[in-house]
Amino acid sequence: MLTYLIRRLILVLPVAFGVSVICFLLVQIAPGDPLTAIMPVDATAEEQDAMRAAYGLDKPLPVQYAFWIGNLVQGDMGKSIATGRPVAGEVFGAVQNSLLLALSAAVIAFPIGIFLGFLAGYFRDTWIDRVVTAVSIAGVSVPNYWLGIVLVIIFSVNLGWLPSMGAGPGGSSEWEWNWLHMRHLVLPAVTLAVVPIGIVARTVRALAGEILTQDFVQALYAKGMSRADVLRHVARNAAATALSVMGLQLGYLLGGSILIETVFNWPGSGFLLSNAIFQRDLPLLQGTILVLALFFVAMNLIVDVAQAAIDPRVQRT
Amino acid sequence: MALSETLPAEPEPIAIPQGYWSGVGARLVRDPLTVICASVILALILGAIFAPWLGLADPYKGSMIARLKPLGTEGHILGTDEQGRDMLARLIYGGRLTLFIGLMPVVLAFFIGSTLGILAGYVGGITNTIIMRTVDVFFAFPSVLLAIAISGALGAGIVNSLVSLTIVFIPPLTRVAEAVTSGVRSLDYIDAARATGASALTVIRVHVIGNVLSPIFVYATSLTSVCMILAAGLSFLGIGVRPPEPEWGLMLNTLRSAIYVNPWLSALPGVMIFVTSLCLNLLSDGLRSAMNVRD
Repeated sequence: MLTYLIRRLILVLPVAFGVSVICFLLVQIAPGDPLTAIMPVDATAEEQDAMRAAYGLDKPLPVQYAFWIGNLVQGDMGKSIATGRPVAGEVFGAVQNSLLLALSAAVIAFPIGIFLGFLAGYFRDTWIDRVVTAVSIAGVSVPNYWLGIVLVIIFSVNLGWLPSMGAGPGGSSEWEWNWLHMRHLVLPAVTLAVVPIGIVARTVRALAGEILTQDFVQALYAKGMSRADVLRHVARNAAATALSVMGLQLGYLLGGSILIETVFNWPGSGFLLSNAIFQRDLPLLQGTILVLALFFVAMNLIVDVAQAAIDPRVQRT
Repeated sequence: MALSETLPAEPEPIAIPQGYWSGVGARLVRDPLTVICASVILALILGAIFAPWLGLADPYKGSMIARLKPLGTEGHILGTDEQGRDMLARLIYGGRLTLFIGLMPVVLAFFIGSTLGILAGYVGGITNTIIMRTVDVFFAFPSVLLAIAISGALGAGIVNSLVSLTIVFIPPLTRVAEAVTSGVRSLDYIDAARATGASALTVIRVHVIGNVLSPIFVYATSLTSVCMILAAGLSFLGIGVRPPEPEWGLMLNTLRSAIYVNPWLSALPGVMIFVTSLCLNLLSDGLRSAMNVRD
């Protein structure tokens, strides 16, 4: 287990390096001179050169990258062009809100997805299976930003039950665990949960169906084991794969919530990202993407290690 | 003549020998759900292509006095949008850009990803390491995030959307192409072909491509629905197609201001995205089973 852990950790390093290179290059592919956003329009050529030198923009790209990564490991991700505040602080505040939303969606999606998927796998080729399959295909096909709008139309506009935007009363972004705040979480979390419900249900259905036809299940029934106990064996066999799919989905929920956050004005990382895009705030864009991507990398790592811990067969591959 | 007389009478033909593709086609036609979905997609594509000849209203011409008319209004069967433009016309015209940006990246990524993947899988060694480790890095980004990051940095525009979505779909296609190719690469008939002195290019062209293309193709079709949703999502965020072009994601965005005035009207463009992506998914599933491709 320890060697597997170390091997897996070593494999993460080049990926993390690659991620940082891509985030660094994001700013380079952006059209326009990064200076124009911070310099006054009437700046002279000398002033521009001085500024360029001050930001290190006159150096070759690899040198710029080295500077950038050097600051990064010290927790300095530069300053936001729009607000002048450090990017790191802005990003971590927003990521907390996104994490709250992603975890809530996961808490809704995973039990429902597992339940539906198992039901469909157990009652394969019956009407139950067909209904669940239809639900999961609809779930993975729905543009969730549109679903969010539809839910707002039903529950906010027509019924007036739930608020349509923000994370708290009066547009506050400070989260508290009370109903006034939690009502704001319901619609975005449900919207975000739909796609993972479909994916988890589909995965668990395939897993359950496959495991139930294996010989050991017959053998367990044959020796007189009760149905509940047999299903416990099946669940243990399916756990590792199901867990890895869910872990990845959690990563997707965090990285993919930008559209939903925009629909609901949720003050998370996606909201920050779209602000950064429209204000051409490239350091903020870069920082947000980097943090979200590194979180996804870490999630992948945790999933792999957890999978290996549950299922010793994984370590050998 | 004499020879044929000596042969026994020809037995009843049991099965007409068929090519692979006619078999796939026959199985597809027998699947009603697939046929329905294919017809819907075909209708949307034909509608988009022939929109100017369908006798629709001008999708760009608004009217200040006819804004946000409800569904079923005379002369505007699906109502009008926030600038008084005919919704039916905009939805049908909207198929042009939406379907183009929704499908084209997968087509481009299919060619680029297959090339890279087949190359990596066949040549192996250091080439494989370089290509596949680069691909791994892109897998560290959730696809939505990567598309938004690249589009956000490049700025709005049709070409920029195409570029960013193509980049998003190259890595998964490369990975599948590589996996399938290295599986085929180790088979005996490839060794046999090489032993006869066939060059690498000939082996790939004659023996590899035909055997790896269908699984890659089926996988690519399964990506089209995600690509549609993402492409419309970029426009919805305002970093895809620019106004006043009719495009479903952009229309969904601009109509958001109308959800308190005319809620169901504002949901219409999303219905189009949903139906298209649902049909693409079902079509891909149908194709997968018709072509007998396993995941």
